[in-house]
Amino acid sequence: MTDSTPSALSLDETRHVAKLARLQLSEEELESCRHDLTAILDHVATLGELDLQDVEPMAHPGDRTNRIDPDEPEASLDAAQVLAIAPATEGPFIAVPKVLGGDEGSA
Amino acid sequence: MSDLPGVIETASAIKAGQTTAIQALTTCLERIESGDGETHAFLRVQADAAKQQAEAVDAAIKAGNDPGPLAGVPMAIKDNIVMAGRETNCGSRILEGYVSPYESTATERLEAAGAVLVGTVRCDEFAMGSSTEHCAFGAVGNPWATDRVPGGSSGGSAAAVARGLVPAALGSDTGGSIRQPAALCGVTGLKPSYGRVSRWGLVAFGSSLDCIGPLTRNVADAAAIMNVIAGPDRRDSTSVDTDPPDYLAALQEQKPLVVGIPRQHRHKGNHPAAEAAVEEARAVLESQGATIIEVDLKMTDHGIATYYVVATAEASSNLARFDGIRYGRRAEINPGESLEDLYARSRGEGFGPEVRRRIMLGTYVLSAGYYDAYYKKALQARRVIHDEYKSVFQKCDVLLGPTTAEPAFGIGEIADPLTMYLCDRYTVGANIAGIPAISIPGGLAEVDGIKLPVGVQLQAPFLGETTLFRVAHQLQQATGHHELSPTG
Repeated sequence: MTDSTPSALSLDETRHVAKLARLQLSEEELESCRHDLTAILDHVATLGELDLQDVEPMAHPGDRTNRIDPDEPEASLDAAQVLAIAPATEGPFIAVPKVLGGDEGSA
Repeated sequence: MSDLPGVIETASAIKAGQTTAIQALTTCLERIESGDGETHAFLRVQADAAKQQAEAVDAAIKAGNDPGPLAGVPMAIKDNIVMAGRETNCGSRILEGYVSPYESTATERLEAAGAVLVGTVRCDEFAMGSSTEHCAFGAVGNPWATDRVPGGSSGGSAAAVARGLVPAALGSDTGGSIRQPAALCGVTGLKPSYGRVSRWGLVAFGSSLDCIGPLTRNVADAAAIMNVIAGPDRRDSTSVDTDPPDYLAALQEQKPLVVGIPRQHRHKGNHPAAEAAVEEARAVLESQGATIIEVDLKMTDHGIATYYVVATAEASSNLARFDGIRYGRRAEINPGESLEDLYARSRGEGFGPEVRRRIMLGTYVLSAGYYDAYYKKALQARRVIHDEYKSVFQKCDVLLGPTTAEPAFGIGEIADPLTMYLCDRYTVGANIAGIPAISIPGGLAEVDGIKLPVGVQLQAPFLGETTLFRVAHQLQQATGHHELSPTG
């Protein structure tokens, strides 16, 4: 490639991306991901052939801007229905493992 | 199985008292029971709820009230569009058991118009795929040859309509996911302009690309459904805030047209039947007074690269919400493990390989150090693609080409992800640019002694659905390809 786009991905980089993505993958899955991503990124690198120097990025078709709605309260979701689909609850709360306190990284 | 009456035909017969909504529903339920054994289009049939809807339509007619334009029309809904109180899985283990507490705008409008929602049809996990093989709950067979894929990701929607189980289905299209399966199954599929149909209740994949649209047996039926589901919605701030035209009325308009054929879509790699279908469409339109010109869409070769950066970047961000905390599958953790371990394990176990791959790719292209090299560059290429369409549409009203290069491939035949991505070569452009596009049946290809459908794609400028419908309708009336059916 003529520009700075890197193509080959190392296993360590793949592991780092999996951590950023909060995906627990086995060593085998990481290697298969590394292999597939390298091939896809090689294809993506063909964008390097384009002269995009002064082109304004387009995040949204038609460059649409936000529409503001009037601030009027209305009914929200039914709490019982929402709690019914939570994997674990305690009374009117969704239960999660301990977040604060204790050693860093432990439950 | 004989042919099933279409959307307009069914609604008219019910309104005229020639049949009832319950009878139309019963017919579909029987056909699903007897006819879906090899296609596996349906993930879930909601017979009781559908019966209630059908009875309400019949009661309205009996009371002399207007049951709505889709009175008693049975429809299937893709498994990534939520219905209140019903299970939606997006073809994923991570959403097993998820019962939606809210209703999508599209299904709400369908029900209000009298449609009867018979159930949920399979799709690739989170709509990521071109074959429906990436559904965690089993693959779908193409009704023309059940050992072949129906296309994807709306493969269940296309297969259900092609098999004659329902007159119509909703699908979603992020890079071709309505048009490609429509082409591979021999049905009509519309990807509307971005924002023309509200995305409220469509589980987000690529938010700047996703569109809900209809799959039907003919163009008028697609127009009838768009008349119901299109329009502004304050729950989707990206929905187009002007009222849509009457799409059915537009079918009858006669206007001289300029049809552009992109040179880059007449590729030597296209199957001869796909080429023949475009050639036939060109001849038909020319004989009906259209001017045909050749145009350049030079960015066609860069569409897939642009799309797979933008779509996966948005997907990695959208799918961050599936963490096993508030809903969906939560993994077990051991004493001493952290909340972060819980997220990572729930996601690692819950997502299938294709979704994991795309989350990884999207995370990578957005990560520090690579953002400019990949994401920013893809957004710049996106503008070039958008502007190229804009300039082409100054020379012509509509673009004509093949929907896909090839007819349906075998289940398990394409294992390489990039090869699978390249199936979307002709379809991603419309999503990148936000313009509408439709695939209609273009006749049959013969592959290994079996007959398989190919599709013709038409693309129009932003909000040009009326032009698409009109041209597609003309073509369909002249060729009759939409009447071909795998069930004879």
